[in-house]
Formats: sequence, C-alpha cells, structure tokens
Amino acid sequence: MALSDEARARLAPEAAEIISRYPRKRSALLPLLHLVQSEEGYVSQDGIAYCAEQLELTEADVTGVVSFYTMYKRKPVGEYHVGVCTTALCAVMGGDVILADLKEHLGVDVDEPTPDGKVSVEHVECNAACDYAPVMMVNWEFFDNRTPQSAREVVDALRSGAEVRPTRGAPHLCTWKQASRILAGYPDGQAAEGNTAGPATLAGLRIAKEQGWRPDDAGAPHAGAPQAGDAANGRSGGAR
Amino acid sequence: MTTILTPELSARWDEPDSFTLAGYRRDGGYEALPRALAMAPDQVIQTLKDSVLRGRGGAMFPTGVKWGFIPQGDGKPHYLVVNADESEPGACKDMPTMLNNPQALIEGIIIASYAIRADQAFIYVRGEVLHVARRLLNAVAEARAAGYLGTNILGSGFDLEVVVHSGAGAYICGEETALLDSLEGFRGQPRLKPPFPAVAGLYACPTVVNNVETISSVPYILKYGAADFASVGTEKSKGFGLFSLSGHVTTPGQYEAPLGTTLRELLELAGGIRAGHRLKFWTPGGSSTSLFTEEQLDVPLDFEHVLAAGSQLGTRSIQLFDDTTCVVRVALRWAEFYQHESCGKCTPCREGSYWVVQLLRDLEHGKGSESDLAKLLDICDNITGRAFCALGDSIQPSVASSIKFFRDEYLEHLRQGGCPFDPAASTLFALESAR
Repeated sequence: MALSDEARARLAPEAAEIISRYPRKRSALLPLLHLVQSEEGYVSQDGIAYCAEQLELTEADVTGVVSFYTMYKRKPVGEYHVGVCTTALCAVMGGDVILADLKEHLGVDVDEPTPDGKVSVEHVECNAACDYAPVMMVNWEFFDNRTPQSAREVVDALRSGAEVRPTRGAPHLCTWKQASRILAGYPDGQAAEGNTAGPATLAGLRIAKEQGWRPDDAGAPHAGAPQAGDAANGRSGGAR
Repeated sequence: MTTILTPELSARWDEPDSFTLAGYRRDGGYEALPRALAMAPDQVIQTLKDSVLRGRGGAMFPTGVKWGFIPQGDGKPHYLVVNADESEPGACKDMPTMLNNPQALIEGIIIASYAIRADQAFIYVRGEVLHVARRLLNAVAEARAAGYLGTNILGSGFDLEVVVHSGAGAYICGEETALLDSLEGFRGQPRLKPPFPAVAGLYACPTVVNNVETISSVPYILKYGAADFASVGTEKSKGFGLFSLSGHVTTPGQYEAPLGTTLRELLELAGGIRAGHRLKFWTPGGSSTSLFTEEQLDVPLDFEHVLAAGSQLGTRSIQLFDDTTCVVRVALRWAEFYQHESCGKCTPCREGSYWVVQLLRDLEHGKGSESDLAKLLDICDNITGRAFCALGDSIQPSVASSIKFFRDEYLEHLRQGGCPFDPAASTLFALESAR
C-alpha cells in the first residue's frame, strides 16, 4: 500500500505538531508511527520512509524501532483487532481456552484477518487487568471476565456490524485505525464517557465505605505489623 | 473492627465524574499545589524525605532522596518522567488509578517538577489501554485550561508542560533506562548504570523517573503533612498503597491499605479463596517475586518483612492460585513471558530465558529427568546478577521458589509422563458451569 500524496499532505501539520511536543525530534518517532498506522492500518514501507523523512533518520533506523514494539503491525490486521491475554494468570483462568477457541471459530491464525477484513486475533501479554481475568482486548479496550462463549459473541457481533460495548472503556468501540490515532495524541472525544470503575476496581472501596473506614483512622500501627517505633506516633491529629 | 482499608487514591473512584478536574477539586483536589508553590523547592523535597514515601513501582527507593539527587544550578534542563508502563504480570493498580483519578497524578507531577526544577514532564504510558490514553490527554487539557499547566502557574512564575507519550508494546520499557531510550525514539533497551537518570537521564540531562502511584501520592503528603503520611504503615515502610488481588479469590480487585497489612487480613475482606478450594501459592508482588504459600499468610506486606520471608513486595500484585492449579504450568508461562519480553541486549537473559522455557516445557509434558531441576536452577543462577537489567533477573524467583515448594509436583509430572492437573478445573468458567 502506498501513502498517497493526499495523505502525506493531510498528515503534514499533524506530524509537525507531534514533533513540536518534544525537545528533540527523534522522540516523536513512536507517536509518528502510531500516526502512520492510523492512516494505513499498519506500518508499511511507505510509512517507515515517511517517518524517516520527517525525523531525518534512515529507513533502517526506523525499521529497527518498528520491529521492536509489538503494537506496530507490518501487515494489515482486522478492523477490530482482538488480543487475548495468555500470560500465566489469565492463561490459567481461561485465556488459553478462549484464544484456541476464537482461532478455531474464526478459522484464522494469529494476526491474520478474517476474509471480510473485520476481525483478527493475537495473544497478548499481561494487559494490567488481572483483577478481571481472563481478559480480552478489542482495539485496546477492556472486555473483562471472558468465557469462550462471551468471547465468541463479541467477535460475531463485530463481524455482523452490531454494536459492541467494552466492559470498561469508551462506549463506542473505535476501529483499529482510529485507536492508533488516539495513541498518536489525537483523542476522539470519548474521554468523558464510559464506565471505568468495574466491580473489582471498587472492591476495596465498597468494603471501606460499609465499614466507615478512612485513612485518618489508620494512624495507629497496623495490627498485622506491630512496630515498637510506631506505637507512639499515632496520627498527627487534626490534620484532617 | 480495626481499620484495615484506607482508601485515599481510590476514595472517589465510585463517583461518576471522579476523573474530571471538577470532581477532583470538589473533594480538596489541587489544594496541595498552592502550598507546594509557596514553599522553596528544597523544602518540598525535604517534606517528601520526611514522609518516607518510597517508590511504589516496586523498588521502594525513597522518593525524596531520589529527587534530592538532581543536581541544581547545573545549567541543564531537568525532566520528570512518569513511568505509566504498568506491565508486570499481576500488576493492575496504575491503570485504574489513571482511569479514575488522573488529576491526582497531574497535581503530583506539577509539585514534583517544581521540586526538581523541571519545566517539562512526560507521562510514558503503555499503549495497550486506549481509554487511559484518552483520560490522560483529557486530564492534561483540563489542567492546562485551568491554569495549572503552562506558564506562570498560579502566579508563581513556575512553568510546566506535560506530554502524554504512548508506548507501543514492550514490557522492558517499564525499566527506567529502557523507558528513557524508548522516549528518545529508540528501541527500548536498558542503559548501563551508573550514570543514573538523576545525573544523565533523558537526553543525558538530570531526570527523575517515578511510578504513577508514587507521584499520585505526593499531593496527599503536601496537603496533610509528612508526619501524617508517615504515621501509617510499619517502621520503615510508611503510608498506604494499592494491593491488587487477582486469580482464584472470591472478590478480586483493588484494596488500598497501609503497608504491612497481611494477606490473611486482605483475604478475609475479599471473601477468601473461591468456594470449595484452598490457597496453593501466591505472589506478593507480581511474577518477578518468589512464590509464597499458606505459610506466609501472616507476613506483614511491607518491604522489610516480605524480603525477610524470602520474596519481595514489588508492586503489591497479589496473584492467588488454588489447588486446581499446576505450578509447573504457571512457572512455564511466566518464563515464556520473560523470554517473549527479553529485549535481546544481553546474553544471560536472551539465551537463558530460552533454555529455561525449553526445560520447563519438557517438564510440564512429563519429559526429561530429575536432574533437569538442578539444571534449571543452575541456569537461573547464571542469569541472576549477570543480566544487564532487573528484567533478566526476574525469571529466577518464580522458577526457583516453585521448585523449592513443589519439587514433588515436578517429579509427579515425570512419573505420570504428563501433567496431573485438569486445566479446565482452574478456569473462571469451570466454577460458573459447576453452579
């Protein structure tokens, strides 16, 4: 795929703005790569050449960076890219079964889009949502506590064009290209939307509220860790 | 009942606008900033030293001391870089913090930058959580519009710009010098230390790299005072922090509590291990820390006690596994993680992780012999302390401790010629379908 002259012209002010964020030009490389990925859906050789040109680097320099980071794709993935976490805890909680089942259900291998171009799947490493294991991502939005069945339902809905809402995240699931654009620093106006505090996020807070516990009550040394030096300390008193 | 949980960072997460500037200010947000700006920068650093806040990213290095290492009057630009690359298996505290309370982080960034005399800060956030990127960009824009960022902040003469920088998928970038290389536009590979970032960090200028939770804790300390913060916790591990419970626990999630709280106390609140099962093993601080078993339920979870008990507090990422779980499988999967995430710069990590995975894979399939356990430990010993960065060393604790506590389970794989466990029994949906 080629980066058209029209696209180059359109991206030029954004590329310039990205570069202006940093004291040194080369720091703009990661966001610029997100930007070219948002245009083509992957980082093509043209995209690499474009970034190299912007930053006065060689294409080899840029290629070396692209190949280091797993989020940059060198060939097209689906409009909705699904990541199933299969790091130890999610794997044990069901991630292994979910990934195998999805690949079979869709009839595709890792990073290979379905024939309609809608969906691709890969395994991802720990996505920082272990309290919602097993976790699945779609275009980097959380689909928590998946089962093989609920994972299939998501990809089926995505292929049929039905509305799909992440468990935590923006209500309108954006496309792979749109997601890359946000990562380049151009948000889509959904920051204020979506529920982000699921049951696990609020687990401790709910108990503390029921019990009426607050940080100011904790001045005394903790029962689990009696410390001679702490006993006299107490709360500084009246601070709150 | 004694107070066990102390929600502070998480106190407003249940409010629908907790992530907005208005929501943050409603409950006293941005009250710390004018106090800090009225102090001399060195006084702010001293306050942090007095609070004994220690880095919440796993290393527990005293934050005020780290800030104090920044040379002053050196004529070079200084930088604050927030490490928001949360990727350690088990760690899931910074993402909810940034999703639900990003303004605490921004206020902390302004105070920290003022203290170290930086006029440019960066938030290096992992790219794989899209809504966090949205929330951070929004938080910076809101703070800027309110005059908390930009030039002459609150009339103090202090200027600061904050850039949200999304990573692109690499666990190694959580290592501070690899993060700096990545932020400079290179492959994220660690640098030799010394020089430490405080002397030669971003663009070879003095730089402080701090974790999200560390910086988010700063406004509280400035607002209520160092003594207040230091009155909570244990002798050397002060304050409170997020404990993240995951896995085979009835109510997984975030539990903000004083350092020194025990797993027994946390588990009682979380409803215990899932019904019908017993705790088999757990990590106190993520996949790079040695396993604990039921024996360590009463170890106070602070830096010193966990270390004395043979592991590390790390990021307080408590992953719980019950009696349906095969420890060989889990050790293998963590080893595969470290192999996958090895940056390839140094031989012990790149090659060692490869061989650890080969041996563990065979063992899980009941192949190999008992002498392979000694070989595994030997390879681990040859990685630890010889790898270029801490990531390389991280493969050893789970492998070594799993052999120490569950040697017979490894041998049972060899006796049976395969794994004695049914993987379906340990899934989340096994429980649901059994109901």
